[in-house]
Amino acid sequence: MDVRQVAKLAHLEISEEEVALYTPQMDEIVRYVEQLGEVDIEAIEPMLGGLTDEGKATFTLRDDETKGSLDQASALGQAPSAVAGHFRVPKVL
Amino acid sequence: MSIRKDIETVLSNAEKLNPQLNSFLSVESEHALARADYLESVDGLLLKGLAIAVKDNICTKGLRTSCGSRILHNYRAQFDATAVKRLNAAGAVVVGKTNMDEFAMGSSNESSAFGPVMNPWDPSRVPGGSSGGSAAAVASGVVRVALGSETGGSVRQPASFCGIVGLKPTYGRISRYGLVAFASSLDNIGVFGQNAADIAKVLGAIAGRDQFDSTSADVPVPDYSSFLDADIAGKTVGVPRQLIGEGVDDEVKQAILRSIENFRALGANIVDIELPYARYGIAVYYIIATAEASSNLARFDGVRYGFRAEDVEELRQMYFKTREEGFGAEVKRRIMLGTYVLSSGYYDAYYAKAQKVRTLVKRDYIEAFRHCDVILTPTSPSVAFKLGEKSSDPLAMYLNDIYTVSANLAGIPGISVPCGLSAEGLPIGFQLVGNFWSEGTLLNLAHKYETEHPLEARPSIFVE
Repeated sequence: MDVRQVAKLAHLEISEEEVALYTPQMDEIVRYVEQLGEVDIEAIEPMLGGLTDEGKATFTLRDDETKGSLDQASALGQAPSAVAGHFRVPKVL
Repeated sequence: MSIRKDIETVLSNAEKLNPQLNSFLSVESEHALARADYLESVDGLLLKGLAIAVKDNICTKGLRTSCGSRILHNYRAQFDATAVKRLNAAGAVVVGKTNMDEFAMGSSNESSAFGPVMNPWDPSRVPGGSSGGSAAAVASGVVRVALGSETGGSVRQPASFCGIVGLKPTYGRISRYGLVAFASSLDNIGVFGQNAADIAKVLGAIAGRDQFDSTSADVPVPDYSSFLDADIAGKTVGVPRQLIGEGVDDEVKQAILRSIENFRALGANIVDIELPYARYGIAVYYIIATAEASSNLARFDGVRYGFRAEDVEELRQMYFKTREEGFGAEVKRRIMLGTYVLSSGYYDAYYAKAQKVRTLVKRDYIEAFRHCDVILTPTSPSVAFKLGEKSSDPLAMYLNDIYTVSANLAGIPGISVPCGLSAEGLPIGFQLVGNFWSEGTLLNLAHKYETEHPLEARPSIFVE
């Protein structure tokens, strides 16, 4: 596995030491999960989530009404950097 | 005794044992004492004054909720999880937040950014994970009950390692609103207790449909306590013998065979069953869980809360550096595995395939429950292992979950119950899994078993 490339896709700036550590570990895990190749899945439907039949039958829609939400002060209160009602980040370009 | 006095005792025990166990990431004295004072004058609450410890990935308004991660080390939740809200409404008192594997990724509690938890039976050993802090807090007698979470066995396995009872309910039984998401099609909130009766009470208080979690099912919540004393004569216990062979410690195997005989003596019928696809459980799990984790953990980017890396010049660099410095090794491995199995060209070979084998794992159980009420296996193939023993071998660590992951894949409930001690004095647990919504039956069998065969020993680290 090209761990450097995968790390880039995952937005992780990993070090050379980490590449050396993770590559054999992840290769081993991938080899292990590849045993699924021996299972005959012809005509088997995928299980797309964890819901039971009762869960699937549960009505989850509600009327489109305005309800309360976090106020601006608490939404911004935990931000590493906030200014004038906004989250502040380093320059984008 | 007043509630305040009770809670003061719990807080002082938590503080006293924490240097030895590291089970609490925060002991919330101010919050808990204010709650205690308030509750003195409120009547008619089911859990009035019950001290409870809560895993640190479950949001508690105004209290630390770090998920055992550096990236959320200073995060204080802005709202209560529904389970916590319901506990509060029933009169329980959150006394602290418990240590855990980072983002619930681990089976030993060693991946916490704030140090491992020690097993109260032997502090050179792990308590199991990922809810190791909650398990150790209950096992050491600090609290009677605690909330944990499960994605692949993170309540049942530490319950087994720590000699207590741990329940993972049916998917959709307890709202996950406010449980920090790891793998959404597998995550559950679970409950630890020193006995099944306490778990029945807590489960009844927190279960049920919640408008804030669309996966919570609209299924009536029975009075779980009313199941406890039901006669178990005529109940059928299925045993998948082919799974209790290779790879299981002999002492664990012997304890499991004894507990099967004990159930027979209690009047249960014992039948052999087969779960032919269970052996693929770990492989399916580590594709689906990591894929979902890679997506869920994308939100941790240093913008809205938690840790942000310093000395960065532009936005993209901030994301990369924040995540690199904020996440630990196991979390990075799983995010990368998930990214890999979902990436272009690999999706069908891994993720799509795993979803289909997951269907087969679930079908195994549906077929088995035509012949039995519950299925009995070990909870874990071994007793608690030594700190450091498996931490450099991720795959060996994953294989610990061999008996537990399949219930998460199928969405069925499971419970771990203590059933003896090894020669070295370490707890062994059996696991019962049942059909969808059969928590009452599981608690009934657990209660009967622990009443007839109590674990007559205490951990070496236990409150005075």
